[in-house]
Amino acid sequence: MSDGPLFHRNRDRHPKALTPDYKTSVVRSPQKALLSMPTTLSEEAGPVFGHDIIGAHDNDLIVNYAAAGEMAIGQRIIVHGRVLDENGRGVPNALIEVWQANAGGRYRHAKEGYIAPLDPNFGGCGRTITDDQGGYSFRTIKPGAYPWPNGVNDWRPAHIHFSVFGHSFGQRLITQMYFEGDPLIPLCPIVRTITDAEAVSQLVAPLDMNNTVPMDARAYHFDIVLRGRRSTMFENRIEGN
Amino acid sequence: MQRLTHLHESPSQTAGPYVHIGCVPNFAGITDVYEADLGAAMVTDNTKGERITVTGTVFDGTGTPLRDAMMELWQADAQGLYPGRDGADPTFTGWGRTAGDAETGQWSMETVRPGPVPFTDGRMMAPHISIWLVARGINIGLQTRMYFPGDPMLGDDPWLTRIEHQNRVPTLIAQETTPGTFKFDIHLQGPDETIFFDV
Repeated sequence: MSDGPLFHRNRDRHPKALTPDYKTSVVRSPQKALLSMPTTLSEEAGPVFGHDIIGAHDNDLIVNYAAAGEMAIGQRIIVHGRVLDENGRGVPNALIEVWQANAGGRYRHAKEGYIAPLDPNFGGCGRTITDDQGGYSFRTIKPGAYPWPNGVNDWRPAHIHFSVFGHSFGQRLITQMYFEGDPLIPLCPIVRTITDAEAVSQLVAPLDMNNTVPMDARAYHFDIVLRGRRSTMFENRIEGN
Repeated sequence: MQRLTHLHESPSQTAGPYVHIGCVPNFAGITDVYEADLGAAMVTDNTKGERITVTGTVFDGTGTPLRDAMMELWQADAQGLYPGRDGADPTFTGWGRTAGDAETGQWSMETVRPGPVPFTDGRMMAPHISIWLVARGINIGLQTRMYFPGDPMLGDDPWLTRIEHQNRVPTLIAQETTPGTFKFDIHLQGPDETIFFDV
């Protein structure tokens, strides 16, 4: 594992902290400027996860909560892609955790009050670790859109939440994957916290017919990019390059 | 002119109100999928160093505790070595994850007091725990650090001494409420707003 300073975050492509149309951000956004610092070992090192933590069905949300012989209800999909860094290198051994609503748009959570029913065979969480090339895949059902209390008639587009670890604590990222063609995407106050249209498009997964399994499950392709790191022979690092 | 070929980091989106389903499902009542929640324990009985408890609450701009946040802690072992490095304590994960109490929002983690680690120029930084905080209403994870009160290295710490507004530095220093228990409250806004870093 090579150390090296992380590329600074280009915050123009990320949401700002204060985004009043997403109302909860108003009292949860820091009001003072973030203090800019160089990355140190504390940010460049990061937790290490082994493939042995992953259970046989952890990346299959269709069955990982279902009773024996049962399956979750919904449109069967495969989500796959690579975790890359900003240098374009695949990130191996990256832990990915996902969570989502069921096919009707309902989460399995105590604070969830949407009228759509729970699916007794769907929990809504999964995880996997990338392979040597940074590749990953999991199987699930396509989540439903759902209404949420923000504006009087706000609906979330269908989405899957992603939590991603690179090799550095400073690469830590949580984001959401949307689905190609969903008309709710441009209406969503959470999507619209990102003001750069090209950055939004980076979160929209295209349908991937080549990897679709005939008569079984459609595939969506979703690459995730984590911060890169500098490595030139001129970096003055006590631990070397 | 040639073109730079760097990719762009994927933009962040809020962790939302249901982050616990994905990251700490057992805490969220989904107990049949993973054996245990990742990051629930940082230490074992064999971990070397001074045992401590770190606890705290995150407050929004109205003074209300966040009850749907998730925090991650990352620190060196008692010798100042990050896990995975040569010589680091193999019984220490260095990484912990905690959701606040569903009623009070207070979180707590058992760990060891970390050793000092080097700054970019080789000077040593005072022992600290890096913290990453996500929640509904937080669009991109917030990064901060917790330092230890009374630590003799605080005054020369190369990170803390770079901070212009030294009157804000106490927001990064925990309080030792009982011996070995350190309280580190985070204020997202207001006069006591915690320092968050772009790092």
